[in-house]
Amino acid sequence: METLMLVLIGILVSVATYLVLSRQMLKVILGTAILSHAAHLLILTLGGLKKGDVPLIEESPGPYTDALPQALILTAIVISFAVTAFVLVLAYRTYATNGTDDFTALRGKLDE
Amino acid sequence: MNNMIVFPLILPIMTAILLVFFRHNIILQRIVSIITMAVVTIISAVIVWAVPVHGILRLDFSGWQPPYGILFVADSFAALLVFTASLVTTIILLYATCTIGEKRERNFFYTFVLLMIAGVNGSFLTGDIFNLFVCFEVMLLASYVLITLGGERVQLRESIKYVLINVVASWLFLVALAYLYSTLGTLNMAHIALRVTEAGQGPLLTTVSLVFLAVFALKAGLLLFQWLPGSYSAPPPAVAALFAALLTKVGIYALFRTYTLMFTHDALPYRLIGIMAMLTIIAGCLGALSGRDVRTIAVYNVLIGVGFILLGLAIGTEVAFQGAIYYVLHDIIAKAFLFLCIGTMIYLTGETVIDQMSGLIRNYPVFGWLFFIVMCALAGIPPLSGFIGKVLIAQAAVAEGDFLLIAVGLASSIIVLYSLLRIFLSAFFGETIIPLGEEMPLPKTVIWPIIMLALLTIALGVGAQAIANYVVHAAEVLANPTQYIDAVLPEALKKGM
Repeated sequence: METLMLVLIGILVSVATYLVLSRQMLKVILGTAILSHAAHLLILTLGGLKKGDVPLIEESPGPYTDALPQALILTAIVISFAVTAFVLVLAYRTYATNGTDDFTALRGKLDE
Repeated sequence: MNNMIVFPLILPIMTAILLVFFRHNIILQRIVSIITMAVVTIISAVIVWAVPVHGILRLDFSGWQPPYGILFVADSFAALLVFTASLVTTIILLYATCTIGEKRERNFFYTFVLLMIAGVNGSFLTGDIFNLFVCFEVMLLASYVLITLGGERVQLRESIKYVLINVVASWLFLVALAYLYSTLGTLNMAHIALRVTEAGQGPLLTTVSLVFLAVFALKAGLLLFQWLPGSYSAPPPAVAALFAALLTKVGIYALFRTYTLMFTHDALPYRLIGIMAMLTIIAGCLGALSGRDVRTIAVYNVLIGVGFILLGLAIGTEVAFQGAIYYVLHDIIAKAFLFLCIGTMIYLTGETVIDQMSGLIRNYPVFGWLFFIVMCALAGIPPLSGFIGKVLIAQAAVAEGDFLLIAVGLASSIIVLYSLLRIFLSAFFGETIIPLGEEMPLPKTVIWPIIMLALLTIALGVGAQAIANYVVHAAEVLANPTQYIDAVLPEALKKGM
């Protein structure tokens, strides 16, 4: 199961890398969203997939599954959700103000 | 006593939320946010005083004993940074009240400044590495809003790059955390340090530590700084000053914590940091020399500062840490000072290129000499604040035989002086092109915050002895991580090793 998950993470990361390296703003943002999903799966897999019972001391004698990775992922998902929502709005505003969603056109010079 | 260390995080957050409900009462927003930051500054001053007296302070949230819960730890290093950051933010807020413009104030400017400082203070104080990630994100999300607030063309164009590079850096942070958790099974920084010592720092752990190096180098602007010049010159001066003073320092703090507490057993990262710091200084010097825009010159000076502080980490002795701590405190004050000066110059003349300004010192004598002070402070001329840090780092480097590091570091002082002298000679001296009496009036509320920063940099230089006690204590903990571990972990856990 772990191997399968790692292959899946690898695919997600390669897809995301391809998207992030493109010139279109929206593709880059989708790339970062996929990238964060890959990171969440990575935490889940490396933290150990479900091996034991629910960690309720009185309900079961053990062994228990580590609940921490899930708590970490929950936090990370909320953060990446907020950031993605913000970046989408920002990308729309940038497109509306600068009139392009192509990063090469958005390069700009510092001394201008 | 221990409960006190949560206030630098919780007070700004609560005030920030409260201010959302008073969107149209701008006067109230100004007063409340400045008072909040002043109170936070006072509380953090008490924390700075308390740490050497009562030992390292620790607060376990909800009573979960380490290593199980999230906790805040205040050692002298963190406390000094929280104090300086809060103080400088208070002064920048004073400056912002009259320069930021009503449009931004109405759109929750103060709320986001307070949220950002909450994230910054949280990052300094936390003792849990996942909590560090969360505090980073709080700080970054607030900074994303501050950098875009106003929605000007250049601002939007630069900020989308800033946001995207930071999203990718945060992803790397998560990956590093995943590997760290799977190897060591803990997220408490002191416990990580203990387990690394226990298990030995093998190739796998060194690799994990190098991923952390990449993450924090991105945030601190160490070698991976290509996003920094554009994004720091786009926002209005008050925001740029906040960013220059605080954001890179959080990355620097994280690097110090990682390599003085957790991954201390392999020399490779220190050598890498030394090389990266030198390259950062050289690149910063080239940028500062080639720039004609005052903002460009100021931004590249930020990079030189970052490189110089991290020379202290690369050398890695107790004296070097003392120097680095002095220098990081100086850099927070002086960079805020520099960016407020630059912002005021742009505000007064409406120009950004140095050739277009001339003879300002006859129009604004006080302001002109304030710029002279910041120039001397950044170059490290005694008795101003940059001197003591440079001397200590240089002493440590000579004692360790790292002559190349310190040659580059001290040579950069001359470049800093030259690049700022260029602004000073061109913009302040020379023919006065604005006729006397017709210049734009310089409001008192603009000049007072800058004078306060000037007094601070003089006070830190002259009164270096007064804070020496705290700096020595901070450097001692950095050099002997067992003190930090002893303060955080209960006895039983250590006996079990």
